[in-house]
Amino acid sequence: MKNLLNSPLVKKMSSLHCVIAILFISTLYVTVCNLAFAEGSMLYVSDYTVSLLGKYLCYALLALAVDLVWGYCGILSLGHGAFFALGGYAMGMYLMRQIGDRGVYGNAELPDFMVFLNWTDLPWYWAGSDNALVMILLVFAGPGLLAYLFGTLAFRSRVSGVYLSIMTQAMTYALLLAFFRNEMGFGGNNGLTDFKEIFGFSLQSPDTKLALFVATSIMLAIGYAISHFIMNSKMGRVVTAIRDAENRVRFVGYKPQHYKVWIFVVSAMLAGVAGALYVPQVGIINPGEFSPLNSIEIVIWVAIGGRGTLYGALIGAIVVSYAKTRFTAIMPEAWLFGLGGLFVLVTLLLPKGLAGLVSNLMDKVDPPSTAKKDQVNEDQAAIATTAENK
Amino acid sequence: MIVDKNGSPLSSAENLKPDTRHGMILYVEDVSVSFDGFKALNDLNLYIGDGELRCLIGANGAGKTTLMDVITGKTRPDTGKVSFGQQIDLLELDESEIARAGIGRKFQKPTVFEALTVFENIELSLSGDKGIWTSLFHKLSGEQKDKIDEVLTTIGLTAEQHYPAGRLSHGQKQWLEIGMLLAAEPRLLLVDEPVTGMTTQETERTAELLTSLAGKHSVVVVEHDMAFVRSIARKVTVLHQGTVLAEGSMDEVQANKDVREVYLGEEH
Repeated sequence: MKNLLNSPLVKKMSSLHCVIAILFISTLYVTVCNLAFAEGSMLYVSDYTVSLLGKYLCYALLALAVDLVWGYCGILSLGHGAFFALGGYAMGMYLMRQIGDRGVYGNAELPDFMVFLNWTDLPWYWAGSDNALVMILLVFAGPGLLAYLFGTLAFRSRVSGVYLSIMTQAMTYALLLAFFRNEMGFGGNNGLTDFKEIFGFSLQSPDTKLALFVATSIMLAIGYAISHFIMNSKMGRVVTAIRDAENRVRFVGYKPQHYKVWIFVVSAMLAGVAGALYVPQVGIINPGEFSPLNSIEIVIWVAIGGRGTLYGALIGAIVVSYAKTRFTAIMPEAWLFGLGGLFVLVTLLLPKGLAGLVSNLMDKVDPPSTAKKDQVNEDQAAIATTAENK
Repeated sequence: MIVDKNGSPLSSAENLKPDTRHGMILYVEDVSVSFDGFKALNDLNLYIGDGELRCLIGANGAGKTTLMDVITGKTRPDTGKVSFGQQIDLLELDESEIARAGIGRKFQKPTVFEALTVFENIELSLSGDKGIWTSLFHKLSGEQKDKIDEVLTTIGLTAEQHYPAGRLSHGQKQWLEIGMLLAAEPRLLLVDEPVTGMTTQETERTAELLTSLAGKHSVVVVEHDMAFVRSIARKVTVLHQGTVLAEGSMDEVQANKDVREVYLGEEH
């Protein structure tokens, strides 16, 4: 029984419950304080804050996606922003079509930028974009398909390490350049914006903003639960094993490339969902989201939060994004230095990130029982003896 | 791809049982491998009997590791034939398929999954379906747990089963890796330098372990440590410049003139 309680599985179980409970309570708190209290009250949470928090939660989901591939499988993707942006564009297309004839040119069929380019028909890939179901399908299929193609090509040829990271970076940069072009049919430089409604609800209404925040929180909880399930299954152990000794995994009889592609696709889809939730909350999607710098920033969130823990990614994304909001308001030029400094400090002082700090604190609050400690000491003594014997 | 008589692919592990009716588990025939003009293996022929324990010796660069790479699918030979039993052409399979067909390989440097526990290391190595969806919804059966316990007992790591493998000593990691091979229930085990860096007691235990495995499994051991080879080997194959120089018992091999000249001669 004691073994069971000390087993890593049970410990991780409680981390899932903790994360979901914290998400639930904070979402409830924000919702109640936003609705029940009047402006000016101590407890009032402004609509601006609600939107900001919704944005942070999107980043958290994105960081979770990167933690799956980098923290657990050792694939350092410096291009995850691309999947986020693709999910965002899928949502953006739908929102553009929702505008209908309320655009500047009043064309019920074509979005403004197409009228401006003198296009007469919707390009074929915009077909069905006014249908919410098609949009949801695209949010998963777009990033998923790109990840599948990229992953199959890269992992089958056994590209890994820094070469893979460079390729992911090149992928997102190529997409950045492609989406900048007006001929791509995604609004070029300006991207997609001026959205009016989502599912028939006005995007300007505080209630819609609150609903989007709650929806993001729910999706984050679902994404977390799925990631938790994967990482605690045998699948998760194979993926971790690939990170530590890919050749051994191959000689044990698994095909690492299949596992890598699978986890890469799942991660890309999570990133896509994050992007789709992000766009209606910030009101714009443009090629800037493909910028390599964005993708690097995600990796920094995960490193600062602590990789390979799932919850560390959430902490990292939220803490760093909050710091960014604060810092850029005070002195915008210094932010990148601040971010770099934070990254260096965490790497030097907290190799396991903020999550490592949290688990250290937990151990202090709830120290392991003496019996368990003795056991550990004995174990260490035993190992030390064996080592000395060598 | 291995196909049955109707031409449909045989992919499950059950269908990949080697045919050993002639008493041989591994056939390596006329195999040559060259790297940028350097002939690592040169028309090499090697036959391993079913249940045999064979030692491969040879100086650095003699082609021992390349031979292992060829058998396990890591390196493709330029010419020649490699088959597992009479019918399984290993040159048509990739590393993971060869592993599932029943050839286990231990690397020179102990390679275990350091972040996982000893128990989990063995669990991942168990024979069975290695596909993605099976892994996602996999539950350990009682039978599999028994098998893991059995392997842990064989390699003597029962007490350490819940440690992360990264905390084990060097010798324990070597045993764990052998245990991982055993869990896969291979017909043929390829063991590359198992006692490098081990203490005398650890070396003795490893010798016992390997000898006890022969019979149930066929075992090929590559080793530099002559005392160790003498203590386990019934039959020794000496490799030199990518070909077999001599084959026989340790005494025969040591008496062989060619061998004395090129290999043992340097030591004695």
